[in-house]
Amino acid sequence: MNDLRALYEDVILDHNRRPRNFQHKPGGANHQAFGFNPLCGDEFTVYLQVENNIVTDVGFEGVGCAIAVASTSLMTEAIKGKPIAEVEALFQSVHHLLTHKGEAAAPLGKLAVLAGVHEFPMRIKCATLGWHVMKAAIENQHETVCTE
Amino acid sequence: MTRPLAAPRPPTRPPLDLDAVRADFPCLDQEVHGQPLVYLDNAATTQKPQAVIAAMARYYAHDNANVHRGVHALAERATEAYEQARAKVAHFLHAAEAAEIVFVRGTTEAINLVAASLGNRFTAGDEVVITEMEHHSNIVPWQLLRDRLGICLKVLPMDDQGCLRLDKLDALLTERTRLVAVVHGSNALGTINPVREIATRAHAAGALLLVDGAQAVAHLEVDVHAMGADFYAFSGHKVYGPMGIGCLYGRRELLEQMAPYQGGGEMIRHVTFEETTYAPPPARFEAGTPNVAGAVGLAAALDYLDSLGRERIAAHEQDLLAYGLAQLAGLTGVRLIGNAPERLGILSMVIAGAHPHDVATILDRDGIAIRAGHHCAHPVMDHFHLPATARASLALYNRRAEIDRLVAGIHHVQEVLGR
Ligand SMILES: Cc1ncc(COP(=O)(O)O)c(C=O)c1O
Repeated sequence: MNDLRALYEDVILDHNRRPRNFQHKPGGANHQAFGFNPLCGDEFTVYLQVENNIVTDVGFEGVGCAIAVASTSLMTEAIKGKPIAEVEALFQSVHHLLTHKGEAAAPLGKLAVLAGVHEFPMRIKCATLGWHVMKAAIENQHETVCTE
Repeated sequence: MTRPLAAPRPPTRPPLDLDAVRADFPCLDQEVHGQPLVYLDNAATTQKPQAVIAAMARYYAHDNANVHRGVHALAERATEAYEQARAKVAHFLHAAEAAEIVFVRGTTEAINLVAASLGNRFTAGDEVVITEMEHHSNIVPWQLLRDRLGICLKVLPMDDQGCLRLDKLDALLTERTRLVAVVHGSNALGTINPVREIATRAHAAGALLLVDGAQAVAHLEVDVHAMGADFYAFSGHKVYGPMGIGCLYGRRELLEQMAPYQGGGEMIRHVTFEETTYAPPPARFEAGTPNVAGAVGLAAALDYLDSLGRERIAAHEQDLLAYGLAQLAGLTGVRLIGNAPERLGILSMVIAGAHPHDVATILDRDGIAIRAGHHCAHPVMDHFHLPATARASLALYNRRAEIDRLVAGIHHVQEVLGR
């Protein structure tokens, strides 16, 4: 019961119900990627507007479970305005938080709510999907990201 | 060949004793996350009765040997057990003879076998008709054949209730139609299809009928003759038997005309480096050492069903389904996907504001196992414009109290996600 509460934190539910930067394609989007989880049908497209190595705007669209939507929404909030190097470091920290038990390498602020996912191994891919798509967008991969 | 006589109907027996039945299934007796397990993922795989587990253990402990290859006592016993299992399956499906049963790994392999061996005789422009509600295992083998030979793949659509549009079937059948391949009971929607009617029309057009019985065999009386199936495929693990064994029924004269599926031991009559002559069916399609323990376990599962009585099982399951449908219909925010009048105990649903994966995770914490996803039927999901559904699927050992637990679990889902 308690780990359910930890998974479906208020912040997660809020971002699932009202995803930020959702169905938003920045006017100057110059990076984008699409990714999906073939197992559950979650799929997202992430758009980035990168200027002078800074993510000046970001948006996403697609469908997914509460964990996937909230994690992607939180991701967009977290990276907006950040230099690419910091975004990449953040990706590493979040990835570590989700796939390893316990502490994040760096303080994650609001993103720390994702820690509850760790107790649900079958759901980790839901939480990482949007982050992987974002990373692919930065690297401007045009192939599709697939979480398998 | 004459058909074996149907077993005389036993006098009407009392309803299933669910306590006794459940005690036959060791896996049901456990707690998950501190709650007694409610196993409602039977369409994915059923649990196994002790009789099946014991039969396989006994086989390995006492009779294990390779089949058809030795004259020693164990080889004889293993061969006997394997061939008896084949005869048992033939009887179960009302096949004319045991030689019409080919042992394979499961439904998927059975369909691939037909696509490879029968399909080998198809030529560019020949047509195969499938339906919109097929499992991927009755779509992809035909697409592979299409890509290899240039056959044409046609799809019979379904309506929003999840029923096949039979009114559109005749228009799809032409003199080039070689085969119609249809699912007997849909794993994503529960729909039971009118295979008898489809067989009549397919045959009238000169086409053969393959039926995917993966979901149906555990719940319906299957008579391949009465339904007019030329091929019937099923998996042992969905009918209370082990994984890794399944069957293809094929009409004798069809199997006889078909090329081998894989090459190797067992399937030959004589091999020289110049030329090999093949064994008659079913051996022709069973290259290599077969899954003897699996066949033994499957036969034990079919015996177990017979011991309970197919009518009693069906009566119980229909009662449970009616109860489940009524209970779910009373829930706000819950929509059932698929409303065919003739259906299996499959409750595919979507819950407003709750993605199926979140539903499955929360139910799991309540000890309830269901399946969330596309159920290997993307075209069905596309039809309903859904990424996934949450599916509860029933088996003979489920009871009304478990439906009640499911309903309570759905309330819990709505509470967790809706707060
Ligand atoms: C309708 C249907 N067809 C085919 C299959 C494939 O069965 P198997 O994976 O045992 O080969 C399944 C099982 O998921 C099914 O439900």
